[in-house]
Amino acid sequence: MITYSFLQHYWWFLISLLSGILAFLLFVQGGQSMLFSLSKTEDEKRLLVNALGRKWEFTFTTLVTFGGAFFASFPLFYSTSFGGAYWVWMAILFCFIIQAVSYEFQTKAGNVFGVKTYRSFLFVNGLLGTFLIGVAIATFFTGSDFIVAKGNITQQLAPVISSWGNEWHGLDALFTVRNLILGVAVFFLARSLALLFFVNRLNHDVLEARSRKFLWYNAIPFVVFFLIFVIWTLFSDGFTVNPTTGVVSMEKYKYFTNFIEMPIVLVLFLLGVVAVLTGVIGTWISATFKSGIWFAGVGTVVTVCSLLLTAGYNNTAYYPATPNLQSSLTIFNSSSSEFTLNAMSLVSLFIPVVLVYIFIAWRAMEKKRIDIDDVNADDHAY
Amino acid sequence: MNLLDASLVDWSRAQFAMTAMYHWLFVPLTLGLGLIMSVMETLYVKTGNEAWKKATKFWMTLFGVNFAIGVATGIILEFEFGTNWSNYSWFVGDIFGAPLAIEAILAFFMEATFISIMFFGWKKVSKKFHLASTWLTVLGVTISALWILVANAWMQFPVGMNFNPDTVRNEMIDFWSILLSPVAVNKFLHTVISSWVVGSLFVVGVSAWFILKKREIDFALKSIKVAAIIGLISTILVAYTGDGSAYNVSQRQPMKLAAMEGLYKGKYNMGIVPFGILNPEKKSYKDSLNPYLFKIEIPTMLSLLANRDANSFVPGIKDILEGGYITQNGNIALSFDEKHARGKAAIQSLADYRKAVAAKDTAAAKIHKAALKENYAQFGYGYIDKPEKMIPHLPTVYYSFHIMVMLGFYFILLFALLLYFSSKKKIEKSKWLLWVGLLSIPLGYVASQLGWVVAEVGRQPWAIQDVLPLNAAISNISTYSVKITFFLFLVLFSALLVAEIRIMLKQIKKGPAVE
Repeated sequence: MITYSFLQHYWWFLISLLSGILAFLLFVQGGQSMLFSLSKTEDEKRLLVNALGRKWEFTFTTLVTFGGAFFASFPLFYSTSFGGAYWVWMAILFCFIIQAVSYEFQTKAGNVFGVKTYRSFLFVNGLLGTFLIGVAIATFFTGSDFIVAKGNITQQLAPVISSWGNEWHGLDALFTVRNLILGVAVFFLARSLALLFFVNRLNHDVLEARSRKFLWYNAIPFVVFFLIFVIWTLFSDGFTVNPTTGVVSMEKYKYFTNFIEMPIVLVLFLLGVVAVLTGVIGTWISATFKSGIWFAGVGTVVTVCSLLLTAGYNNTAYYPATPNLQSSLTIFNSSSSEFTLNAMSLVSLFIPVVLVYIFIAWRAMEKKRIDIDDVNADDHAY
Repeated sequence: MNLLDASLVDWSRAQFAMTAMYHWLFVPLTLGLGLIMSVMETLYVKTGNEAWKKATKFWMTLFGVNFAIGVATGIILEFEFGTNWSNYSWFVGDIFGAPLAIEAILAFFMEATFISIMFFGWKKVSKKFHLASTWLTVLGVTISALWILVANAWMQFPVGMNFNPDTVRNEMIDFWSILLSPVAVNKFLHTVISSWVVGSLFVVGVSAWFILKKREIDFALKSIKVAAIIGLISTILVAYTGDGSAYNVSQRQPMKLAAMEGLYKGKYNMGIVPFGILNPEKKSYKDSLNPYLFKIEIPTMLSLLANRDANSFVPGIKDILEGGYITQNGNIALSFDEKHARGKAAIQSLADYRKAVAAKDTAAAKIHKAALKENYAQFGYGYIDKPEKMIPHLPTVYYSFHIMVMLGFYFILLFALLLYFSSKKKIEKSKWLLWVGLLSIPLGYVASQLGWVVAEVGRQPWAIQDVLPLNAAISNISTYSVKITFFLFLVLFSALLVAEIRIMLKQIKKGPAVE
């Protein structure tokens, strides 16, 4: 029986899954953040740019889909967070706008600003884009200062439904240490995934060896910061919702409890973490092991997805309002109507079709690993 | 802070208009050039003639440069609904969010996947696989246009919804009526086909430049032929769908039609003014000044086009604001004052309903809900305090519309001449026509932008026609925040535009690559 509640859970699952896929695809940004440090020669830089340049649109499209899916399924989040945390979202968007032209324009004659500028844009996108997305996602666990009052639409002089509680409009997220920790963790995760991607895709001994070496400097900080965030979150108070009254209150160890009460999510989370570690450690200990990206990639998707499930499932407020707890958004009070979720669920049945053609296209294009000769022989190379 | 602060509404509007207009500089060429290069690649695969491949690859390079900046300018638009129109995003998000999500799922991944094969797959996949990828890229771009145009059409003609006072929002009740509304269907066809015109003009103009420079003659002649055929068919279809578009406006947005035609006072057997100069002294619908300094009029034509009945009444601004005339569906039109009173009553009923629900007073809640339902059609008017605010900036809408239409007819003539000279193999020697073709490139962009100016400025002050005006739709942020982002986007997009144009010019000068 497909109930309204089922649809709300289904759509929170899709949002969580999309977040997981986005976190994985941020390897493009991670790679961009190492354009200047990982490569020593122009050929090496071009190889990195062209390897990443064939994937950047997937990350970009996933980000846009994340926004669209959130709008369609939980419009109150869309209106409250984007309109309230204005500056943090604008900063993220700026990082992605400058990325979108940088691959295509950087080596084209007449590009006005020169190749270094466009590569710097890619670097900024890699550095700030990953960090800020991490910070924004962390607020799902730490809360934000906003008020929602739907009835205010009847105030004809000031019909304000959602208001931010301070003038920082989202930059206030940077004042919470736990948010910064997840931001840094996502940054190092993206870089680690990029290194595993380079090991897998590049036919270049020097870059491969350097990627394996760089993996130490990036995977270890990732694991450290990620563990601090997870442990801190599991043992912090969480935002619980009374399913009958809808009243939100603080509960000790809420996210830890969520894992215990949703053992499948816990198992998925642990399997995801193990898969990420397998990808990383396998690449460290074996010089011939090149499949780390697949382990770590799938692991990232599953880990992030299950982490976000704990933020929205089991009567939890996924976008908590502090200090105005009763303004917190839950999958029940912020979702679209049953009709719309139903209609969108039918559309979501096309997602497997999308995945199939992406698979077919990747297989057709990725028969062999990319080397500098491929780049030089390609008349559309960046 | 006061949300009715006019400067916040104005800056939010300005930012959306500016970013949308920048985005729309690139989208029509993506749609138009995409179709033309796909046709050329099809000719290559069918005939095996390498000249078509050379042409395809040349236009594809320009497509790529243009596509990248289109993507860059596009992402902000999706998120701007949330960042700058927060109330809107909740009040109609149940309906409006769906097309955006569908666009991403069905269109963006298709583009992202197949564009990669289109650019990098020439040597990696078979000819037919590559051709399919090119068409699928263009199909993705077109499907993307479909969904965003469905969303825009719904703002102009909201259907398939019901207001829920408990959630304080409009909720979708009929998906198909939104997708297949006559406004949506017509808007999609008119906009996409007009983009094919922009693409055709671009190809004609660039090819004309090559012939004038006596370079790449065979490539340029082939390109002109394909573009002229597509361009001529497209402009005729644009004229046809344009008529449909104006009919929709007349039936559903009479104020916009009045602005488009410069009508202050309505009448039966209304004539159309294909060319006229507005009287700048006329400042109000209440004064008795002649709206025109000069005009050429075709009698009764506007009644015929607007209502499909030469004897029908077409209302002017004064009629719409003062009401009292018989509408096309036989009702007596309400005045602004009546609509405003009903709108205020609807808003008050909503407030009373919510109070009654909070007090668990079921009987009172039922009464207020019924009162709200009765007046909901005028809900948005409750936020508009003066009738003058109902009038869009008339000269902007009027001249934009008339220049767009004139350009449309000019394009038909241009493509017809190009096709004629092309079939007689006289194009190379007709320097004047080549120059006209070259100089017409910007005119396609002008017409396309003006079309959006008519559609969007013409529907002011509404975010959602009759339901939500802009001043009730915006986000609760400070004006200076919007000012800062406005200028950041302006500088960034302008810089990227300069780079894009220079890259395009360099690529064009370089010419098609030798295989």
